[in-house]
Amino acid sequence: MLGTSVTWGDVTFMMTGAGLTLAITFWAMLGGTLMGMVFGLIRAQSPWYVNHPLGAVLDILRSVPLLIQFILFNSFQSIAGLGMNPFVVGCVVLAAYTSAFCTEIVRGGILAVPATTRKAARSLGMTYWQDMRYVVLPLGTRVMLPSWIGLTLGVMKDTALVYAIGVIELLRSSQIIITRKPHEALIILAIAGLIYFIVSFPVSRLGAHLEKKWREND
Amino acid sequence: MIEIEDVRKSFGSLEVLKGVSMTVETGEVVSVVGGSGSGKSTMLMCINGLEPIDSGRILVDGTEVHAPGTDLNKLRRNIGIVFQQWNAFPHLTVLENTTLALRKVLGKSKDEADAIAVKQLEHVGLGDKLKVYPSKLSGGQQQRMAIARALAMEPKYMLFDEVTSALDPQLVGEVLDTMRMLAKAGMTMIVVTHEMAFAREVSNRVAFFKDGLIHEIGPPAQIFESPERPETAAFLKSVL
Repeated sequence: MLGTSVTWGDVTFMMTGAGLTLAITFWAMLGGTLMGMVFGLIRAQSPWYVNHPLGAVLDILRSVPLLIQFILFNSFQSIAGLGMNPFVVGCVVLAAYTSAFCTEIVRGGILAVPATTRKAARSLGMTYWQDMRYVVLPLGTRVMLPSWIGLTLGVMKDTALVYAIGVIELLRSSQIIITRKPHEALIILAIAGLIYFIVSFPVSRLGAHLEKKWREND
Repeated sequence: MIEIEDVRKSFGSLEVLKGVSMTVETGEVVSVVGGSGSGKSTMLMCINGLEPIDSGRILVDGTEVHAPGTDLNKLRRNIGIVFQQWNAFPHLTVLENTTLALRKVLGKSKDEADAIAVKQLEHVGLGDKLKVYPSKLSGGQQQRMAIARALAMEPKYMLFDEVTSALDPQLVGEVLDTMRMLAKAGMTMIVVTHEMAFAREVSNRVAFFKDGLIHEIGPPAQIFESPERPETAAFLKSVL
């Protein structure tokens, strides 16, 4: 293929890895975003005795290198006999890691909505949660979106670290092929990079599109 | 009827209301005047329970606002409030701003809510701006939208918190006209304002606030022409 010894079989192997990369990204972002929303809501309005312990746990998740978290949690779950396969371990650890970042994004978005706007909503008889659902979150989302898109793209690249617990995602599959065909390293890495780009580009375009659409109303 | 009885409130060590008492009868328009920071706005926020109080009590139609069991969300449907910073919901169109609470709080259908909102918006002269976002409106238009949004809930009482203070001078008139119209229609209103001519014209009574206390309350003729308290006279001299 392309005058090299890289075969379609190799590319298919990499595409399988890319599928895993996408699957892990999807579950990590889904879980991380849901948890991040809950934690962010709690952090935006809780007294210090809730806020400080939660903040400390999230700080640990954010500060300890992801590679160490994968290995530690994987050992823990096998000692505890949870019987999770590496794919599930990868999703769980990455979701927790993502939630720590997402919490701060959500908290920032909520706090960015002016108190006066919220008073107006409450003065019309809306309950706390109606105010949240129809005023605060839609407005806060505009603030959150750019950071959230950035987080998604970052997490997609972070999935590469699951190789440490034996999941063969895109980057790991490329490395395996390179071990067999070291002289083709450049073209293989170029293909891997292209696949990452093809997946990331629509996500960042979507973000830019939404931002532009919302800005027209402001 | 709104009854305010010996209400005290502090923000930290600063006491902003030092035993305020006042009664507003149904159908009455009461203007509240006084210098900045005298506690006027805080009193309004206490009436619909947006701010807690430290002591005393406030009764709206006999319901004690700050009693533990009071359903504030229900109470607030009867009390419309318009703020100095008009506080539009920027992500919603003028029509959606006005229908949001009708639909979510009162549970009206989209058609019902739209009909009510369109009527109120036409009333304040925004009938041609239904699909427009607030950012495309002038301050005066946004403020009139805020009035329509509050009126759409069909409140018994309307509270106005310095609603013209943040407006360009040429936009003040259109908002005052809207309020004048409401007063004529018999709405019970408490109007915190710096517009002395307006207070004099539309009010049944005017209350003079200073340092967290009502120093004098009476008909506009008394307050503006023959104030009984020297503080009132001094204030009027400084603003008129």
